Amino acid sequence: MPIKSYLAHPHEGKKNKLIEDLLKIDQCEVIPAQNKEIVVIITDTDSKTEEDNLKMQLDAIDSLKLLAMVSGFNTPKKS
Amino acid sequence: MYTSITNRRSFIKKMALLSAMTAAATMFPGILFAEEQERGLPKDGNLDWKKAPCRFCGVGCGVLIGVDNGKAVAVKGDPKSPVNKGLCCVKGYHSVMAMYGKDRLTKPLVKKNGKYVETSMKEALDLIASKMKETIKGHGKDSVSIYGSGQWTIPDGYVASKLFKGCIGTNNVEANARLCMATAVTGFLTSFGLDEPMGCYEDIDHADVFVLWGNNMAEMHPVLFSRLLDQRLKRGSKIIDFATRTTRTSAAADKSILFIPQTDLAVGNAICYEIIKNGWVNKSFIDKYCNFKKGLTKMGYGLEDNYKFKDKPEAISFEDYKHFLDDYSPEKVERLTGVSAKDIKYMAAYYGDPNKKVMSLWCMGPNQHSRGTWMNNIIYNIHLLTGKISTPGNSPFSLTGQPSACGTVREVGTLTHKLPHGVVMNKKHREFAAKIWDVPVENIDPKPTYHTVEMFRALDRGDIRFMWIQVTNPMVTMPKLKRYRDGAKKEGRFIVVSDIYPTPTTDIADVIMPSAMWIEREGMYGNSERRTQYFEQMVEPPGEAMSDTWQLVEVAKRMGFEKQFYYKEETHIEEIYAEYRRHHDNNKHNMAPLKVLKENPGMQWPYVDGKPTKWRFNSKYDPACTNGEEFHFYGKPDGKAIIWQRPYEPAAEEPDREYPYWLCTGRVVEHWHTGSMTRRIPVLHKAMPHGYVELNPGDAKRMQIKNGDNVRLTTRRGEIIMPASINQRGVPAPMQVFVPFFDENMLINDITLDSFCPISKEPDYKKCAVKVEKA
Repeated sequence: MPIKSYLAHPHEGKKNKLIEDLLKIDQCEVIPAQNKEIVVIITDTDSKTEEDNLKMQLDAIDSLKLLAMVSGFNTPKKS
Repeated sequence: MYTSITNRRSFIKKMALLSAMTAAATMFPGILFAEEQERGLPKDGNLDWKKAPCRFCGVGCGVLIGVDNGKAVAVKGDPKSPVNKGLCCVKGYHSVMAMYGKDRLTKPLVKKNGKYVETSMKEALDLIASKMKETIKGHGKDSVSIYGSGQWTIPDGYVASKLFKGCIGTNNVEANARLCMATAVTGFLTSFGLDEPMGCYEDIDHADVFVLWGNNMAEMHPVLFSRLLDQRLKRGSKIIDFATRTTRTSAAADKSILFIPQTDLAVGNAICYEIIKNGWVNKSFIDKYCNFKKGLTKMGYGLEDNYKFKDKPEAISFEDYKHFLDDYSPEKVERLTGVSAKDIKYMAAYYGDPNKKVMSLWCMGPNQHSRGTWMNNIIYNIHLLTGKISTPGNSPFSLTGQPSACGTVREVGTLTHKLPHGVVMNKKHREFAAKIWDVPVENIDPKPTYHTVEMFRALDRGDIRFMWIQVTNPMVTMPKLKRYRDGAKKEGRFIVVSDIYPTPTTDIADVIMPSAMWIEREGMYGNSERRTQYFEQMVEPPGEAMSDTWQLVEVAKRMGFEKQFYYKEETHIEEIYAEYRRHHDNNKHNMAPLKVLKENPGMQWPYVDGKPTKWRFNSKYDPACTNGEEFHFYGKPDGKAIIWQRPYEPAAEEPDREYPYWLCTGRVVEHWHTGSMTRRIPVLHKAMPHGYVELNPGDAKRMQIKNGDNVRLTTRRGEIIMPASINQRGVPAPMQVFVPFFDENMLINDITLDSFCPISKEPDYKKCAVKVEKA
């Protein structure tokens, strides 16, 4: 099932809040840039339902200005 | 980032992360992901971060290496380095992993009865020295040779040159930079009288327009390319990609212009035509600082053994040059070049606009070119005609592919005609070198011997009987490879190969020497912008592996040159560098002291009065300018640069009815050159596991070839079968194919042509004729 990577752009001054919000989501690994207003997210989901739920959770984050997908891989969970 | 890949899923996660970090780095040059870079590192370990230049390309990024318990475990970009400002490319981030491949060479191997047998380092060094002495006794001093590379550190190249040119007395010293940078050298020498760029990377921060001449920077120089993209975001700079194939660079550029191979000569001349026709010439600049000349034409292509060429420059006037360009109006050349008159005028208008600063960047396109020196001259012509040179942002800039192509091969002078300062043909230069080397001046032969292609031809013929190959892989990189592989295997040849891994080149060796790599020893590299960078030994080399410098010193001593190779093992790098600096003790090339190199992320030469020189030939920045004028091209006796009249001439071999396609070869972002190091880094190898042939989608459809289908490529030298790549990484123009050369299991150079530029002797890997069929 999908592994995806995204570049997440926070609203001005909201980078730390965005990181906090993202860390609450189980399926997200969060890799913040040290010196720029951007955060890399790696998502890992088991099913389409879980993927759809994740998308809804991401859409609901107020501190998130723009989410740009960089790559997506579909792979069996246990290979 | 350096934990092992335990399963496919974690590998894919890594790839996803790398993709995102690379994309972020493209958008935000200098971006740091420190937490990620340090993840997986031992938390309770005493991680020690030490600075070094990157091991791979000629950009010379500053990196910080994390060492834990005697092992290099991490890399991050050095934020203090003005080259990369904390950024690394995918190869740089994984560079330390190249030291820890499973099949690392750790003991000397000697071929006995067709099999390699482990031996002690002492025995191997004794054998090399005795074989060299025996060969010289039997066949003369010019029967022994050394072939190194732009991966040689400065001390490696220096002791190689001193041993062979100063002590043994043969000019049989060459390096694989002949295959990539020799044309840049002859371009600089013919136009300016001195090698290496007048500008520096800081030009990127000032230029309004970047013209990339046959240069896929997005893949070959990704860190520098991200600096271009950054300037576009910040200041709206324009990027023009002028190439024969659509690449990632084309996709990122503001404008992509494709030309028919070899016709860049005509397009360059057409730009000069437009500049003159529209009155964009900087007349006062050319009156004060330029001469006009023409040279011989129809020089041939060096396809025959013992080919010789010597140019006969002849002064011409501006009016003569203008008349010559009449054949190159945009309208006249558009059919030949495949470039519309409109596009030629578009490029010319940027060069001609007095309010635009223009940087031209190129690498292997104009260099691996059978008229490469001419092509370099033509790019300089454009900048000289408009006076856009040697000032911040106005910069013709030749990029390099190896970490010390400039620092070692070009500056130390490990080419047959060169000395560390000057050339072997010049009596004063020989006297100067002999004094520092402490050898009789008669030892240094005034006659150059063989350039690289001819050196391997001499090995095939038997004129050369002994060759020592260090830190390069010619049995993958030589054009028309089969001839040279068969030649090297002939009876009566003795080949020594110093390397870190088995390669197709170690396959031809009689003795294989295990080398210490990069930070397993101490040394210096010199990058594309005249920046010399020092690195200390950070970890121990494996087994009996030894630095190439010390291998040469040990053999030199065994050959009876103890006096010249007086260096102590503990301090030899410092002693060698101090001796080397004496060759460049002048305002035009002074090198920074070792102490300064140790304290800084490199230093540019000429280093004068405690300061680096960023822009040469401009009196505002360069203390070597002494003519009292704004500019001084002091490489030429009259202080003037030369605008050369150079025509278009066809390539050595062009498509015909039997071989109807152009074959171009090159590189990919994941692998560094022949892949002998990067293919041992799992992430990079998995990302790009094997070679392929790129086809134009229209051609593929016509031949019913799909992605991954086997394709047979046939040239007059032989044939090879490899999988098709259609609409993947790059897209060749119709009736052209592209093949990367990193895969030793698909040796594309078995079928390339060994034509070369008659002036630089650099082969043209970008053009020969090929038949393409579904296999």
